Amino acid sequence: MDPIIATFIEENIVPNFNYWIYVILMMIGLYAMITKNNLIKKLIGMAIFQTAIILFYVSVGVKDAANIPIISHHGSEHHQMTDLSSETDSTKEIHNTIDKDKYANPLPHVLMLTAIVVGVSTLGLALAISQKIYKSFGTLEEDEILNKLRPGGHD
Amino acid sequence: MKIFGLIAVLVVGALLLSATSDFPDWRDKDSPANESPVSSFYIEKTEKLTKVPNMVTAVLADYRSYDTMFETVVIFIAGIGIIAVLRNFDGPNSSSIKRENNDEGGGLLARFTCSLILPFIQIFALYVVAHGHHSPGGGFQGGVMLGASYILAALAFGLSKAKDIFSERRTMIFAAVGIFIYVGWGVLCLLFGKEFLNYEALDPILPGDAKMARSHSMLIVEIGVAFTVTAIMFSMYSNLSTRGRLSKGL
Repeated sequence: MDPIIATFIEENIVPNFNYWIYVILMMIGLYAMITKNNLIKKLIGMAIFQTAIILFYVSVGVKDAANIPIISHHGSEHHQMTDLSSETDSTKEIHNTIDKDKYANPLPHVLMLTAIVVGVSTLGLALAISQKIYKSFGTLEEDEILNKLRPGGHD
Repeated sequence: MKIFGLIAVLVVGALLLSATSDFPDWRDKDSPANESPVSSFYIEKTEKLTKVPNMVTAVLADYRSYDTMFETVVIFIAGIGIIAVLRNFDGPNSSSIKRENNDEGGGLLARFTCSLILPFIQIFALYVVAHGHHSPGGGFQGGVMLGASYILAALAFGLSKAKDIFSERRTMIFAAVGIFIYVGWGVLCLLFGKEFLNYEALDPILPGDAKMARSHSMLIVEIGVAFTVTAIMFSMYSNLSTRGRLSKGL
């Protein structure tokens, strides 16, 4: 391979691989939303676009050698479950400090959890509307719908 | 037309890619997002203040509970919107015309397999809801699983059979009850003299101390979310798959 391309890949693409993937996915989605004629294909583009953003956010929260953002009790869960009444035990065991480099950033996960939910509901509503459009126009192609909407067009 | 779209997309992509050279590296634990005081607070203090080890659930249902509340409302509105757009009351009503059982749903193998695995799917979904603040899970995830189990029942046994279990009326009641649980829990905090959705106010009526009250309140709130998500998932499926007639499934 050409050494210039090799160094470019080494220095620019490899450390920022997550950004490259998100930009490429976003370009695919944007291209589908702009140029595709079929409404369902536009919706698929929108879903790809959303996935790109979700991937970007989640990849920002990744830390090297970090675990999922759930604090492990090292086998003391049973303790926690049973001591609803006695507070001394539970305060004792939480004394150990939490190293924040050991856990992935929880904030992007929370934000993307809600974004996924909104994505599902908007996609469902969009599919419902496109079904309704198909019912009244008999097609999902954008140009044919515009033709029929024009005053000269039939239907 | 296509070439202009391609040019626009390439320009946007080139701009975004040129910006990535200033971004922090992947997996960098000192990046601005990972070093910010907000994330550090959530990681270090969440378990001390709320006794919930799963930070994602704690942030979702406690610190950002307004966000999650309106999130649930968004799902509810989307479900209502699908019904408003698509629901067709003109067709033959499934209750007035008795359908024979064999014209929809899967074959014998699909029915038998689904009848075997459906209880386990539903129990696991309930576990994900109920244990969501100690392990990965929560109201949204468990609600989607529970809704998917009803969708599987509709696919295997036919929509009319699934509607016998989970009728349209019951679906909408469940969705509304979910939001009612969530908002009502917030109003209960108001009645106990603290801010809306400040769960520490509910210390007197919940077991444990004020921190455990936050933990228990998260469970209640997640159950409300799961009610709404389950109902709206099934409502979405049954409306979309029958073009709003709710009479004959896939």
